[in-house]
Amino acid sequence: MTEEVLQALLRALSFGTPLLLATLGGIVNERAGVVNLGVEGMMAVGALAAFGLASASGAWPMAVGLAALLGALAALLHGFVTLTLRANTYVSGLALSMLGLGVSGLLGKPYEGAFLFESAPELPFTLAAGGLAVLLWGVLFFTRPGLVLRSVGENPAAADALGIPVLAVRYLAVAFGGALAGVAGAFLSLAYQPAWTDGMTGGLGWIAVALVIFSGWHPLRAVLGAVFFGLLYYLQFRLQSQSQVPTELFAAMPYLLVVGVLALAGVRRSRGAAPAALGRSYQRGER
Amino acid sequence: MIRFEEDLHPRRLKRLGVSVAVLALAFVLVGGVFAAYGVGPWEAYRTLLEGTLGDSQGLAEVLRRTIPLLLIGSGLTLAFRVRFFNIGAEGQLLLGAVASGAVALFLPTSVLSLPLMFLAGAVAGGLWALPAAWLRSRMDVNEILTTLMLNPVAGYLVIYLVGGPWRGEQVQGYTYTDAFPEAVRLPLWGQTLVHWPTLVLGAVLAVVLQVLLTRTPLGYALRVVGESPRAARYAGMPISRVVLLTGLLSGGAAGLAGAGEVAGIHYRLLEPTQISIGYGFTAIIVAWLARGHPALVLLTAPLMGLILAGGDLLKISLNMPFRIIDVFSGIMLLCLIAGESLSRYRVRWGT
Repeated sequence: MTEEVLQALLRALSFGTPLLLATLGGIVNERAGVVNLGVEGMMAVGALAAFGLASASGAWPMAVGLAALLGALAALLHGFVTLTLRANTYVSGLALSMLGLGVSGLLGKPYEGAFLFESAPELPFTLAAGGLAVLLWGVLFFTRPGLVLRSVGENPAAADALGIPVLAVRYLAVAFGGALAGVAGAFLSLAYQPAWTDGMTGGLGWIAVALVIFSGWHPLRAVLGAVFFGLLYYLQFRLQSQSQVPTELFAAMPYLLVVGVLALAGVRRSRGAAPAALGRSYQRGER
Repeated sequence: MIRFEEDLHPRRLKRLGVSVAVLALAFVLVGGVFAAYGVGPWEAYRTLLEGTLGDSQGLAEVLRRTIPLLLIGSGLTLAFRVRFFNIGAEGQLLLGAVASGAVALFLPTSVLSLPLMFLAGAVAGGLWALPAAWLRSRMDVNEILTTLMLNPVAGYLVIYLVGGPWRGEQVQGYTYTDAFPEAVRLPLWGQTLVHWPTLVLGAVLAVVLQVLLTRTPLGYALRVVGESPRAARYAGMPISRVVLLTGLLSGGAAGLAGAGEVAGIHYRLLEPTQISIGYGFTAIIVAWLARGHPALVLLTAPLMGLILAGGDLLKISLNMPFRIIDVFSGIMLLCLIAGESLSRYRVRWGT
């Protein structure tokens, strides 16, 4: 029995790793005031890029680096459209998701169904994600750069008045979020199921977007959220073979939970926890 | 020195010009993706155009894809005008298909069956949008996330139904329902898959919503709530009721599209990916292009219908993955919203 619980927890941690990585990235860019709904697309791009490089060279750390770079570049595209051109943040993120899924599915066609001979170990990713959560917690709440980041998300006009380059900070935060989404994708195609299939991100990016809200924009609570959703995924697999409940219900459960979580956040009015300038573009002299 | 100045009320001609320019840019960028994939952009676009516009069967395919886009798009245009960003039309369409399928499969057929199917589809689609609209209006929960999350839930519901309780008795090994009775199948245009009653319905809906928006007190309220919620609040307008109604209307329009697809093309309920090839998402672009005028959807829906039908062609004749449609959609959306922002600026030369 204890062995089974341990097993479940281990699998939950593994399922939760890409969620945690993408969520931490989301927390950073939302703390700076930028919403990016393109996580799913950036993950897909990261997954393909990492798989492509790893199957060609076999060097998985380099593959992870490439995924991070491409994720960051994709995020910068979103940054340009929303921060510089000040277009609709939500539609831009949605478009980025479509684009990422589309381009990765298209260019990944030669790899469709291919496997990786040497898969990357899962443990370093999980440890890195956990360590990063603690690190981000420390940086966000106890250091000056963290304060700068948060002030840009809370009150960009005041931050600007203090001489903080609001736009630059936001661009950096967005790129960081994209890089982590790319790494989350790399985890999927290098370690979790060392293979490439179109659509392998399977909605994890959207769950991560919701987890950012679920966590109350707090890195440590994101760990809890990721493990919780990881357990949910594990149970979906575990229970579908042996229960009377239709498997589709388990499959739909994460999405229903996200709606539930959003509703709860609405009830608790935890909007108080959300960065005050979240999703709003900033222009000097504009109130 | 180049200077950018804000232009808060761009002229219509300028907005049109910018739209055309960004669409052209989008086609160039997609051409680049074609090239990266290893297909010459010219060849791809030629295949796309010749097989759709240069061929009567191809034209019929464009029209067939246009039908659901017309219905969903006009509903979404209205929703976007109210700034209710309904991204869940895909799920609302599926619920429409489920409800109309239930009417076709389980109710005795009569002359009323077909109207009843469309009515059931509209109601189900509208109801599927309602929780998101309610959460948005009462608790300020972002409707983009909630409507989006309900899409896969609708998909799993359909998968469950066609593989479980509603699975056909005559089908073996397949996951779909028994065929609908002949009496509830929509007539087609000659040898094509154009179920023209739905096409007419879509065109009528686009015009009706345009009139509703521009010529009625309700439409006035919709416009004010969308453009200036604060003014609407001062004027004592029932904002939350307007949002709920917008959810119902846009979801209902998507539900009608779902009813049309199963009654006009498939004659049964089947896997969600076969009922809709992403109409709910493509319709977002249809609505965005229409700039808040439901009647303009009569132009923008065929444009995207062309791209969907073209995607089919590219898949078959050039052996490309269907994901090319996502590439089209993503790039077009990005260019469109960027263009929308750009048209709000004027370029000034000199100091």
